[in-house]
Amino acid sequence: MSVLDEAPTSQSPLEPDQAEDTSPQRKPIKVRDFKPSDVLLLAVTAIAAYSIVWIIFDQLTLFSGEFGFVVTWIVVFLGMYWFINLQIYGRHMAVDRLLGGIVTIGAMCMILPLVLLIVYIFSKGLPLLSLNRFTQTQAGVGPLSPISAGGFLHAIVGTLEQVALAAIMGIPIAILTAIFLNEIGGRISSSVRIVVTAMSGTPAILAGVFIYSIWVLTVHDYSGFAASLALAILLLPTVTRGTEEVLRIVHNDLREASAALGAPDWRTVWSVVLPTARSGLVTSILLGVAVSIGETAPLIMTVFGAQVMNTNPFHNPQAALPLVVYQEIKLPQKSAVALGYTASLVLFILVFTIFVLARILGSTWLQNTLRGRGKGKGARLDGDVEEELFSVALAPAMSFGSGEADVDLGYHYRPDQEDPT
Amino acid sequence: MMTTSDVTTDARKVASSSAANLGEQPITAGELNATGVCAWFSGRLVLEDVDLFMERHAVTALIGPSGCGKSTFLRILNRMHETINGAQLAGTVELNGEDIYSPNQRATWVRRHIGMVFQRPNPFPAMSIEQNVLAGLRFNRIKTSSKADLVEEALTKAGLWTEVKDRLSNMGGALSGGQQQRLCIARALAVRPSVLLMDEPCSALDPASTLRIEETIADIKEEVTVVIVTHNMQQANRVSDNCAFFLSENGKPGHIVEVGSTVKMFSAPNDPRTLDYVNGRFG
Ligand SMILES: Nc1ncnc2c1ncn2[C@@H]1O[C@H](COP(=O)(O)OP(=O)(O)OP(=O)(O)O)[C@@H](O)[C@H]1O
Ligand SMILES: [Mg+2]
Repeated sequence: MSVLDEAPTSQSPLEPDQAEDTSPQRKPIKVRDFKPSDVLLLAVTAIAAYSIVWIIFDQLTLFSGEFGFVVTWIVVFLGMYWFINLQIYGRHMAVDRLLGGIVTIGAMCMILPLVLLIVYIFSKGLPLLSLNRFTQTQAGVGPLSPISAGGFLHAIVGTLEQVALAAIMGIPIAILTAIFLNEIGGRISSSVRIVVTAMSGTPAILAGVFIYSIWVLTVHDYSGFAASLALAILLLPTVTRGTEEVLRIVHNDLREASAALGAPDWRTVWSVVLPTARSGLVTSILLGVAVSIGETAPLIMTVFGAQVMNTNPFHNPQAALPLVVYQEIKLPQKSAVALGYTASLVLFILVFTIFVLARILGSTWLQNTLRGRGKGKGARLDGDVEEELFSVALAPAMSFGSGEADVDLGYHYRPDQEDPT
Repeated sequence: MMTTSDVTTDARKVASSSAANLGEQPITAGELNATGVCAWFSGRLVLEDVDLFMERHAVTALIGPSGCGKSTFLRILNRMHETINGAQLAGTVELNGEDIYSPNQRATWVRRHIGMVFQRPNPFPAMSIEQNVLAGLRFNRIKTSSKADLVEEALTKAGLWTEVKDRLSNMGGALSGGQQQRLCIARALAVRPSVLLMDEPCSALDPASTLRIEETIADIKEEVTVVIVTHNMQQANRVSDNCAFFLSENGKPGHIVEVGSTVKMFSAPNDPRTLDYVNGRFG
C-alpha cells in the first residue's frame, strides 16, 4: 500500500483502522481465556481432591505425614482436574489444562522455599525491628543493655561501602573482559575464558585467605577495602560470564549494519551492542552485586567486624551485615540470636531496595523519560558528554585487540550549538 | 563533495570541515573500479579475477545463480568482506581512482562513503525510528543543522515517510519487515554516501514497496552510484543501466561471464549462457 500512500493526494491510511477500533460489534476473541467459571472449577476440584485424600489418608488408612499427604493431594487433584475438563471441554483442553497444572505446581515448588524463607526471616526478625536499627550503631551496647538498644547502621554503611567498592572495581573489568571475549576474540581469548570459568569455581573462603595473605598481612590493617578486593574477585567471573552470554545473543546482523555505516568497533559496541543487550546487562550486574552482598566467608579475614561506626573503608576494621548475622547467631545469649535474625531482615531489606532501584534505573521507561526531554528533535544524538567519556575509555581497550580503533584522545567535546535542546 | 585529494585526508578532518552542515553539502556520485578481485573463505577460492567498472550516475546490477559470489564481491567493494573470520581477498578496488585497500586507508572511512543495504532488514532495535535514520551521522560524528529535515528527506527517499511520520520515536524493531528494510535504506542514505551497495534489497518486500524502492534507485542515481544484487530479472532490467553476469560452474570459483549495458545483456548478449540465464532457462 505504500506507493498509494506516498501520493500527497491520497487520504490518510489510518482512518479506516481507527473506525474499526471504535466499532462496537468487533470484539477481539480471547484465545486461552480463563473465565471466572474456570477459576471456580479449579477451586472446587482442589477442595474435592483435598477431601478425598483426607478421607483416604487420615480416616481409612494408617498413612501419616504431611509430605505424603501433599503429594497424594497433588496427584489426585491433577487426575480429577484432567477428568473434569475432559467431560466439559474435551480431550485437547483437558490435556492443555493438565500440563498447565503440572507446570504451575512445579513453579510453585520453586517459589515456595523462597516464600518460606522470607516469611521465616520476617517472623523471626520483625519483633526486634525498629527505626533505631537503621540509625544507631552497637557503640556502647553491652551485655547489660536492653535488647532494644543499638542498631546496625555501622554494618549497613560497611556493607554498602564494601559492595560499592567491589562493584566499582569488578564490574567494569568484568564487562570489558566480556567485550574482549565476545567482540574481539583472538588467540588468547580461549585461555582467558578458561581462567574465568576456573575463577567462578573459587571457594569464597579462598578469596578471603588470598586477600588476607597478600594485602591484610602486608599492610597490617583490616579494612573494608580488603573485603572489597575479595568480593571483586568473587563477582568478576559471575558478571563476566553473564555479560558474555548476553552479548552473544545480540544478532551479528546489527554489528554488520553498524560497521557498514562506518562505525569503528568501539562505537558499534557502545552504541549498538550494549544498548541492545541493556536489560540483560542489568541482570548480570545485579547477579554480581547479589553474589558479593551476601558473602560472609571472605569478610571474616578481611574486615574483621566492628561494633562502632567506621566510615573510612580504607583503614581499620569495619562491620558488615552478613558478618553481624554470623557473629550474633553464634553467640549463646537468646537476645543475641534474636538480634541476628533482625540483622538478616535488615540485610534482606537492603538487598531488596538495591534490586528495585537498579531495575528502575535500568528500565527502558526511565531511559525514555530522560531522552524524552527533546522528544521528536533527535535529542542527545550527537555531542553527548557521557558518550564521549565512554569513547575515551573504551576505544583504547578495543584498539588493543583489533588493531583498528578510530580513537583520538585529543578530540574535544564540542556541543552542537544549533541543537534545539 | 569527494575529490581524490580528500580520500587521503584523515577521516575526522573531512567529517568536521566539509560536513559542518550535511544538508548543504554538495554530493556527487563516485565511481568504483575493481580489478583482478579474488576472494577466499578459509583458503577456498570462491571468486576469481573479477574486473568490473561501476560508472558514475549509473546503476550496475550483479546477476547470477545462487552461490556464485555476488554478495562476496559486493562486500569486497566496501571492505565488509574482511570482517569475516578466515576471509581473504586479492586485487584492487578504487573509489574515484583511490585504492580503498591501501594501507593508509581506514575501513571506517571507506564504509561511511560506500554505504550498504543488506538482504535481511537490520534496524537497530534499541533505537527509535528517528535515531535509526540518524545513526550513521552519530557514528561518524557528523553535525547537521536540521536533523528533522534530514530524517524527513531520507525517509521520503526510502518511501517510508508517510507511514512513520507520526511515530518517529517508536522503536525501529516495531515495523513490518518491508518497512524495516526501507528504514535501513533511509539509514544508509542519511549519511549521503557516494556509492550505495544493495544486496537483494527487495527480497523481503511486497510488489508495491519494491516498486517504490526501484523509483528511489532511479531518483538517487544522480547523486549516488548504485550497485545492486538481484535475483529478479525484471528488476535488473528495469533499474539498471549496466549489468554483470556472475557464474560459478561445477564447483569452480565464481567469475564474470559477461558485462555490458543492460539493454544489450537482455536482448543480444555475446555469451549463450547469459541469454539462457536472463531468460530463466538456467540456474
Ligand atoms: N561466511 C562464509 N564462510 C565460508 N564460505 C562462504 C561464506 N559466505 C559465502 N561463502 C561461500 O562463498 C561462495 C559465494 O557466496 P556468496 O554469498 O557470495 O553467493 P551469492 O552469489 O551472494 O549467492 P546468493 O545469491 O544465494 O546470495 C559460496 O560458495 C558460499 O558457500
Ligand atoms: Mg547473496
